[in-house]
Amino acid sequence: MTYMTKPSVRHPALRQNDLGLTRRDYEGVISTLCAGCGHDSVTAAIIEACFELSLPAHRLAKLSGIGCSSKTTNYFLNRSHGFNSVHGRMAAIATGANLANRDLVYLGVSGDGDTASIGLGQFCHAVRRQVNMVYIVENNGTYGLTKGQFSATNDRESRSKKGKDNLFEAIDLCAMAIQLGAGFVARGFSGDREQLVPLIKAAINYDGFALLDIISPCVTFNNHVASTKSYDYIRDHSEAVGGLDFVPPEAEIEVDYEEGASTSITLHDGSKLELSKLSDGYDPRDGHGAIDVIRRQYEQGNVVTGLLYVREDVDDLHARLNTPSQALNALPESDLCPGQVALEAINETMR
Amino acid sequence: MSADELLEPKAGVPSTDVSDPQYFHKVVDCQYACPTHTPVPEYIRLIAQRRYTEAFLLNWESNVFPGILGRTCDRPCEPACRRGRIDEKPVAICRLKRVAADYKGEVERYIPGAPAEKNGKRVALVGGGPASLTVARDLVPLGYTCVLFDKDPCGGGLMRTNIPSFRLPEDVLDEEVDRIVGMGVETRFGETVESLKALLDEDYDAVFIGTGAPRGKDLQVPGREEAAEHIHIGIDWLTSVAFAHVGEIGKNVIVIGGGNTAMDCCRSALRLGGQDVRVTVRSPRADMKASDWEIEEAELEGVPIFDNHNPKRFVVEDGVLCAVVFEKMRAEYSDTGRRTLTPTGEEVTFPCDDVLMAIGQDNAFPWIERDIGLEFDEWGMPVVDKTTFQSTLPNVFFGGDAAWGPENIITAVAHGHQAAISIDLMCRRLSLTERPQPGTNLMSQKMGIHEWSYDNNWSDHRRVPVPHQDLKLALTDLSVEVELGYDDKLAVQEAERCLNCDIQTVFIGNKCIECDACMDICPVDCINFIPNDAEDALRQSLRVPAVNVEQDLYVSDPLRTGRVMVKDEDVCLHCGLCAERCPTSAWDMAKYTYVEAQASPVCTLHNRAEFL
Ligand SMILES: Cc1cc2nc3c(=O)[nH]c(=O)nc-3n(C[C@H](O)[C@H](O)[C@H](O)COP(=O)(O)OP(=O)(O)OC[C@H]3O[C@@H](n4cnc5c(N)ncnc54)[C@H](O)[C@@H]3O)c2cc1C
Ligand SMILES: Cc1ncc(C[n+]2csc(CCOP(=O)(O)OP(=O)(O)O)c2C)c(N)n1
Ligand code: SF4
Ligand code: SF4
Ligand code: SF4
Ligand SMILES: [Mg+2]
Repeated sequence: MTYMTKPSVRHPALRQNDLGLTRRDYEGVISTLCAGCGHDSVTAAIIEACFELSLPAHRLAKLSGIGCSSKTTNYFLNRSHGFNSVHGRMAAIATGANLANRDLVYLGVSGDGDTASIGLGQFCHAVRRQVNMVYIVENNGTYGLTKGQFSATNDRESRSKKGKDNLFEAIDLCAMAIQLGAGFVARGFSGDREQLVPLIKAAINYDGFALLDIISPCVTFNNHVASTKSYDYIRDHSEAVGGLDFVPPEAEIEVDYEEGASTSITLHDGSKLELSKLSDGYDPRDGHGAIDVIRRQYEQGNVVTGLLYVREDVDDLHARLNTPSQALNALPESDLCPGQVALEAINETMR
Repeated sequence: MSADELLEPKAGVPSTDVSDPQYFHKVVDCQYACPTHTPVPEYIRLIAQRRYTEAFLLNWESNVFPGILGRTCDRPCEPACRRGRIDEKPVAICRLKRVAADYKGEVERYIPGAPAEKNGKRVALVGGGPASLTVARDLVPLGYTCVLFDKDPCGGGLMRTNIPSFRLPEDVLDEEVDRIVGMGVETRFGETVESLKALLDEDYDAVFIGTGAPRGKDLQVPGREEAAEHIHIGIDWLTSVAFAHVGEIGKNVIVIGGGNTAMDCCRSALRLGGQDVRVTVRSPRADMKASDWEIEEAELEGVPIFDNHNPKRFVVEDGVLCAVVFEKMRAEYSDTGRRTLTPTGEEVTFPCDDVLMAIGQDNAFPWIERDIGLEFDEWGMPVVDKTTFQSTLPNVFFGGDAAWGPENIITAVAHGHQAAISIDLMCRRLSLTERPQPGTNLMSQKMGIHEWSYDNNWSDHRRVPVPHQDLKLALTDLSVEVELGYDDKLAVQEAERCLNCDIQTVFIGNKCIECDACMDICPVDCINFIPNDAEDALRQSLRVPAVNVEQDLYVSDPLRTGRVMVKDEDVCLHCGLCAERCPTSAWDMAKYTYVEAQASPVCTLHNRAEFL
């Protein structure tokens, strides 16, 4: 961590986005995580993605639980809404907030402990309910904040820094989310910014539950030689299923993809996901295939990354519940609180 | 990124050799720009710690006249200062130098003198300006007998005769000239050297010519002869003022010229009775030669500047000058930016009692015979080697304004240092072209986990203005100094604006795990991890394209992923956040000391660790 505050001064030629803001305007307070923590890189990637999307900070809500990863919502977008919940409860808070105000972008940041241990039930239900949110897991295979216990995503064959064996199977959050009906599932690596930023942008623009499982090394407790979540291990064993370009609705596609070499997926708002260099026969719309590839590569010691699975036709929670099209705070008082007569009418239907 | 993509480094810019003494030197923009390479950030830190004596001595070692230069330097360091590329204005480097001189303690015990045993070599120094004085300062401690000639009754050259005392008080000048003379220089003040041939016939091993550019330019337009009594050559008039031969001037004064001499003339005239004092310049204001701050001071004192005014004739009535007629000019610029001034046809007349002509200086060497083997070029200038300062007579050297025309004090000092090196090499029968190399040192500033031995905090403060004397009072007398200088509190405030550009970011590539932490924390986006490429392309591919090609890129060897670390030195704040953030200490903040070579290490500071 660093005690000094980051100088407010910026590069005089720093690029501005459509809102006239620079990347620096999307920062938060200075991180207190260990120097070199992968989570700080994910923070930087979120900043970059929001800057490039020209997101107005006040249209976004950051949510998190407990853990080093969950602390990071303080390190970006310090002009956004935020809720730092108790351990493992981020998904429930996000679900409630989203039902109350459907107009915000919901960005949840959690850890592998926060999600795959104490919060596993919460996570599963947010997925199957299709809460319209980006759910980022900063996955370091350990409980960083409590000093390095194995987490539930830690691979069977890895050992702790002190040489202890991991006795249990790992939960693969991506495979699980596909199974539970998530519409957008991707895996990234904090050390590969080029791949990560388009994934975050696509996830933000996706209408429905979007999981981003980001391998994010813990330099202090899980970056040793016997770790399978270290910088070196991931660099040597990651297998990208393909490249992804996120193309906003109004933008021209700049790259000319060879015929057949790319798959284009159009999102509800007209933005496009351009998938290129897909590995042999990989189709991100095929959930069974995706789970199969994840498993097979895992057996060979590899980690598949990229956009693993995407469905174009999901209804989110609001669509399923047939809620009003506006946020509750935008409804007129008379609709929000229709009065005694309306209440009695409702009660009548339940007798 | 898959495993096979890892190991294919791209060809491009070769990795940076930071052991080249000039690489990190260039990063210290101010020191690099200073003709004598004064270690600016080091002395600014000493001032911030209120260690004025050390700050003074460090300056004295490089630039010889800290008190004088702290008030009058042309400050080439300030336009170069990194702060100016980030903030509105550069650090007030020059005025901080004055602080060191103003508040220093006893320094004389640190000043070297002549050794008990002389080396038997004699050097004649012609002219007592900053160039000659510097040669003397560098050679006396080595045992040379230095004999200094000046036609004036005391030393200092134009610093005494032309820089007015409201900018440079006499006691400051005396102190710094006497300090050198007191080291054991033999002075022949009041002696004009009339013949170089005769001087060479005397028993000197070397002669240094530092006679300046003593001839003020004149303007031959109608009426010049008739009005001669009230038309004065600026530099001669300032000399007469300095020696109190002139004590007053008419009410209406016109100064012709747009350089620093014109600014000193108009401000002196205000103090000698001038009431309506005007400056007129041929060219547009933006092209005026005077330093911005000199123009600012003149205007602050109420002198209007009339640009695009070309003097056409002097109007004389009853044998007395009464006005100047100007034609107005228009500047036109060609596609290549070449300027031409053309008359608009409009004329204006300014009434006046006196005219001060400040349109430039020429060199003149009437006392140097042309048949003694010392070559002059077609413009009447001596042929002098740019590195050795040697003329075509091997034992005659030139420096200061005498070498290539009017410059400034700090340039004269730099010439003096180099000429002294040459004279010493020559007297020791060594090659003049094998120059001594600068001394350098690179030392980590890490003290602990988050502790650095320098203050790396960013200060948001704007440049602190220097307090001025009350204007009314200032105008009453030539000897009232206009600038009061910073007090100690203001000095610290200004000192904190300095970015410590000598504290270098040193990258140790084989420690880097490419976690991007440094790249993300850097407040000014200097650091990049990207595939290498040809320099132009590489500059464009940075987080913020590096368009300032004057500033280098720091490129590492290929890293584990095949990429390279590329740091754009341009606007680095030297805040050290990259080093704080790095989990493996792949970045270090290390102080780079660069000591320019001199004939003798006059100041022992750099050899005494406990002192700095
Ligand atoms: C009005 C004015 C203001 C200036 N203000 C500044 C300023 O604010 N800052 C700055 O950096 N520079 C300033 N300068 C320029 C600066 O003063 C000179 O560049 C500098 O003094 C040059 O130093 P020098 O050693 O070459 O010679 P000079 O300082 O010119 O000294 C030469 C000396 O040689 C003597 N001499 C000449 N011929 C002979 C001879 N034959 N025999 C014996 N003695 C001789 C002269 O009397 C003179 O004393 C100013 C110049 C002028 C004219
Ligand atoms: C209810 C509850 N149980 C346990 C804890 C202790 N605790 C704090 S953080 C943490 C694990 C965090 O792990 P993870 O989510 O992976 O975050 P990381 O620090 O690794 O980023 C635990 C168990 C707690 N704060 N609250
Ligand atoms: S900021 Fe300080 S060290 Fe850097 S160029 Fe300016 S004065 Fe020199
Ligand atoms: S010292 Fe490091 S972090 Fe600070 S500005 Fe320079 S490169 Fe960036
Ligand atoms: S912080 Fe250190 S290890 Fe990380 S990328 Fe920078 S230099 Fe490399
Ligand atoms: Mg964790």
